Amino acid sequence: MPVPMRTALVPFATLPLAACAGRQSALDPQGLQSDEILRTLFIFLIVAAVVWIAVVIVLCVSMLRRKRTADQPLALDAPFEQATGRVVFALGAATLVIVLGLSILSYAGQRTVFAKDERALTLKIIGHQWWWEVRYEDDSPDKSFVTANEIRIPTGQPVRVELESADVIHSFWVPSLTGKMDLITGQKNELQFTAKNAGVYRGQCAEFCGLQHAHMAFAVLALSPDEFGRWRDHENQSVSSPTNPLGKQGEQLFRGRGCALCHTIRGTLAGGQLGPDLTHVGSRTTVAAGTLPMSSATLAAWIADPQHIKPGNNMPRMPLQSDDLIAIVHYLEQLK
Amino acid sequence: MSMVAEQHELRDDALNGLQLSTRVEGIWRTPSGFLGALMSVDHKIVGRRYIVTAFAFLLLGGLLAVLMRVQLARSENTFLSADKYNQLFTMHGSTMMFLFAVPVMEAFAVYLVPLMVGTRNLAFPRLNAFSYWMFLFGGCFLWISFAVNVGPDVGWFAYVPLASLQYTPTKRPDVWAQMITFTEVAALAVSVEIVVTVFKQRAPGMTLDRIPLFVWAMLVTAFLVMFAMPSIMVASTSLILDRLVNTRFYDSSSGGHPLLWQHLFWFFGHPEVYIIFIPGTGMVSAILATFARRPVVGYPVIILSLIATGFLSFGLWVHHMFVTGLPQLGAGLFTASSMLIAVPSGLQIFCWLATLWDGRPVYRTPLLFVIGFIVIFVLGGLSGVMVASVPIDTQVHDTYFVVAHFHYVLIGGAVFPLIGAVYYWFPKITGRMLSERLGRWNFWLAFVGFNVAFFPMHILGLIGMPRRVYTYTADMDWAHLNLLSSGGAAIFAFSFALLLVNVIQSLRSGTLAGDNPWDASTLEWATSSPPPPQNFDRIPVVKHRDPLWLDNASLPVVAGLSVERREVLLTSLAEAEPQIREASPEPSIWPLLTAIATTVFFIGSIFTPWAVLWGTPPMAVALIGWFWPAGSKEDEE
Amino acid sequence: MRQTIVRNVAELPTYGYGPRSGPWWGAIGFMALEGMGFAIAIGAYLYLYAVNPNWPIGAAPPDLWPGTAETIIYLLSVIPNEMTNRVAHRQDLARVRLGLIVMALIGIALLVLRGFEFAHLNTRWDNSAYGSIVWLILGLHTTHLATDVGDTLVLAVLMFTRHAKPRRFSDVTDNVFYWNFVVLAWLPLYVLLDWVPRL
Repeated sequence: MPVPMRTALVPFATLPLAACAGRQSALDPQGLQSDEILRTLFIFLIVAAVVWIAVVIVLCVSMLRRKRTADQPLALDAPFEQATGRVVFALGAATLVIVLGLSILSYAGQRTVFAKDERALTLKIIGHQWWWEVRYEDDSPDKSFVTANEIRIPTGQPVRVELESADVIHSFWVPSLTGKMDLITGQKNELQFTAKNAGVYRGQCAEFCGLQHAHMAFAVLALSPDEFGRWRDHENQSVSSPTNPLGKQGEQLFRGRGCALCHTIRGTLAGGQLGPDLTHVGSRTTVAAGTLPMSSATLAAWIADPQHIKPGNNMPRMPLQSDDLIAIVHYLEQLK
Repeated sequence: MSMVAEQHELRDDALNGLQLSTRVEGIWRTPSGFLGALMSVDHKIVGRRYIVTAFAFLLLGGLLAVLMRVQLARSENTFLSADKYNQLFTMHGSTMMFLFAVPVMEAFAVYLVPLMVGTRNLAFPRLNAFSYWMFLFGGCFLWISFAVNVGPDVGWFAYVPLASLQYTPTKRPDVWAQMITFTEVAALAVSVEIVVTVFKQRAPGMTLDRIPLFVWAMLVTAFLVMFAMPSIMVASTSLILDRLVNTRFYDSSSGGHPLLWQHLFWFFGHPEVYIIFIPGTGMVSAILATFARRPVVGYPVIILSLIATGFLSFGLWVHHMFVTGLPQLGAGLFTASSMLIAVPSGLQIFCWLATLWDGRPVYRTPLLFVIGFIVIFVLGGLSGVMVASVPIDTQVHDTYFVVAHFHYVLIGGAVFPLIGAVYYWFPKITGRMLSERLGRWNFWLAFVGFNVAFFPMHILGLIGMPRRVYTYTADMDWAHLNLLSSGGAAIFAFSFALLLVNVIQSLRSGTLAGDNPWDASTLEWATSSPPPPQNFDRIPVVKHRDPLWLDNASLPVVAGLSVERREVLLTSLAEAEPQIREASPEPSIWPLLTAIATTVFFIGSIFTPWAVLWGTPPMAVALIGWFWPAGSKEDEE
Repeated sequence: MRQTIVRNVAELPTYGYGPRSGPWWGAIGFMALEGMGFAIAIGAYLYLYAVNPNWPIGAAPPDLWPGTAETIIYLLSVIPNEMTNRVAHRQDLARVRLGLIVMALIGIALLVLRGFEFAHLNTRWDNSAYGSIVWLILGLHTTHLATDVGDTLVLAVLMFTRHAKPRRFSDVTDNVFYWNFVVLAWLPLYVLLDWVPRL
């Protein structure tokens, strides 16, 4: 996907994303791992198709061929029985050879898919009901930051995600990049993958995790390494206070109306830990973990009544005047 | 002592013909009236109830599936709420697995095994009655809970910690877990009955290599139940304890581990698939022999395959856990063991194909369903080989691909043979034939509807649609295939409506069947349709694997059993040599009372641990009533 | 179908012992599935043992004396149990009555000891996963013990009534058989509960 660069400072602001949630298909591999898996899948598919067609052909022939006429069920032809026994045995042996061959092939694919590269970029993903906390960690704390529901990675470089859960079991799955891995309470899992091409790849929770399991998606944005570096540097920074009055009003409301109890916006007094970090929420592509594309309208709709859009989620409905709503939305949108 | 009693006891060698029939029927008859019905220990009456109840649950579970398909037919649909949908798919899975698939197979065994091995009742008939009541009460418990909005909503697999008290503080998971306990008690009881019946009550001369393949299949299934179900009992008990008295089995902050649940669940859950599938193969073998007009090719191969499948099924549970972060080599080995099961399954398929190849097929409805079975099941087996591969599974696990796969295996492998079996044995059970014309419609609608409903799901899974989502956004491109699938589901559902119509019509006005309408070879066809309470006036003697094909005019029998009290003939394990004329229990109300006491105990114990204290004495009393000799004839010798 | 009598079984007995009888196989069946239940519970214990670096979790190992005393009594109980078996085969009603009473008393003694064992586990079921699995396993075995004691008591009473017919001796031998299973099931559990935490 071409990423037009408008200015050096905010190259990521103008990604044409709202119209497209990104690709989410095992048949559309954009990563080294998903490529390898699809190759294995195709081999299996061909073997399966051949076997199935052969069985159906034999079945049809056995129904259509001319039969002995007398109805004497026990009058069996001894040579035929013996020959049949040999054929059945041979086919059984062939089945054994095929499945052993496929097992080896599968294991080879597995080794490739799960190969580890120590130079990988590491980030930590923590599953919550029903959103994703994403932590970019670095040895120096000023280079570590937290975001949510969106992962940006460089193309061509291995990425290792460490997977943990804050509550129930979830599963991290970006089919266009690689297969899935569970986020298990009390256990640390990890997954490595490498995006071949720049683009937006949609991911979704694949382990049933409760009421809103269906609305627990995220986006992986694969950027060229340069772009990724710039994004990271920018994301690393705290936000500065809004300069326009509406934005200021929004910031005050964000604190005053309780939003800040659950959400963090770095560089402000908002430091809640229960909900997604909103520091650069304005630059994200979706609202409510992939439920809606990001826009003023969807953001407003979400804040106005989150329980309508994603019933049962942990964000309460706050009664807001429409002016206040507009101010909050404006404030959040400019948190690029 | 027995010698004295024998002097004046009337035996069946002293009577003949109608006199004998009337006399034996008199002692084996279930008492009339409502109370009599509740006391019945006749395996045919209990089996019939079991079958009808299981099919009722099939209809309910199917209805849920239809509702889910309506919801998914288009994106962002609001037909069902998230909460309802989650209850629905949990209820659908739980109902189909625990209240339909396993019980219906055991139900057919309860009805058919004694007839096929030539005896008069199951071993432990009262246990059998108890088993049915437990199944019925457990099923009603689940569905009544659902009706009052306490239906489980954490999936039929109830993964912790989602199913723990912290994340699901309602009673819903408790209902699920205790329903498991009910149905497992029922299934375990039946499996012991089946094993003992097959081991000890076969007709004289029915050596191991003369046992009908259906009976072999049910024997292997019974063993699978005995070794798989304790695992889920431990699992469901520990889950209830975690939720009720704060044990920490699954609490990772206190040394527990969520994966322990998955191991326990799938150590049961994978054999469960074969507990459903192996009886299906038995039905296929029975139907195929009759309609291909020859014995199934490779009798020993099929038996060894069944046994091998049984053993292997305990060594591959981990393939349900490939994405939980297991050691790579271990996972790879489970790939191999999972694929290995293709060998015994394949051998059976080859034997059946060879049978059709050499046979002179008569294309009646049961055979159509068997042919449909082969086409569908082989496809499901092959997609099973695909999901057994770790790399492929990381993509398709928990997607609609897997949904497609296991419906191909379970509906193809078990439901198609089962519907074939309904057409095949309906005449024996009711005395009337099902309509062949409706049967053909039934088959073709089921076959087409099934494939239209489930084939597109393979593709849906590959293009990214996960399971257990109550809706999906419009930009996901899944709507068309989902709509197609929902259309297929409607056709498939309609085929079951036809079956129901056919059954109701035929019960009233179907052609009378006679003893052996299909000219089949096994012993259940040697008695009248429906069979009399005693099954056989005299116990048959078996001289061939296909006794009725060897001689369909006269039946060799043994004489010398009592006609004054219920007696069955026990024979030796391998050679089926007569050993004992054992008393068989009379009808009794105690199994029902025990089941009621147990139900109170089970339901009480999801609310308070004290139920263990006040729930036990009634159970103990009921059990003593059950086993205390009634001073009836069984005891007087 | 026409029937041809090819054999007469009138001379066969109406009850038997061991593998000849149906209930014996029923007992085997239930032992198999209950044994599987124990095996699964042991597996769960070992799984938790493997995933936890500290074992037992936050508790001292159980005190040895109740479990050890039980083990000794279990092993010794095999003797009166086998004697009951023999007199039942001989259909000696007086001694069968005595044997059943002795076995019932042993069972009750073991139940009392089991109460002490629970009290000396040094952990509660809700302390940790360790406490939970220990209580579960011990509870599971106690259920078997209590069931068998109940069965022995009922059978003992039965043998004092008019129902003490010859075929009841077969029931006695099945009860004896089941007791051996309760004993056999205990031995690995004793090692697991009392000694594995001391490793």
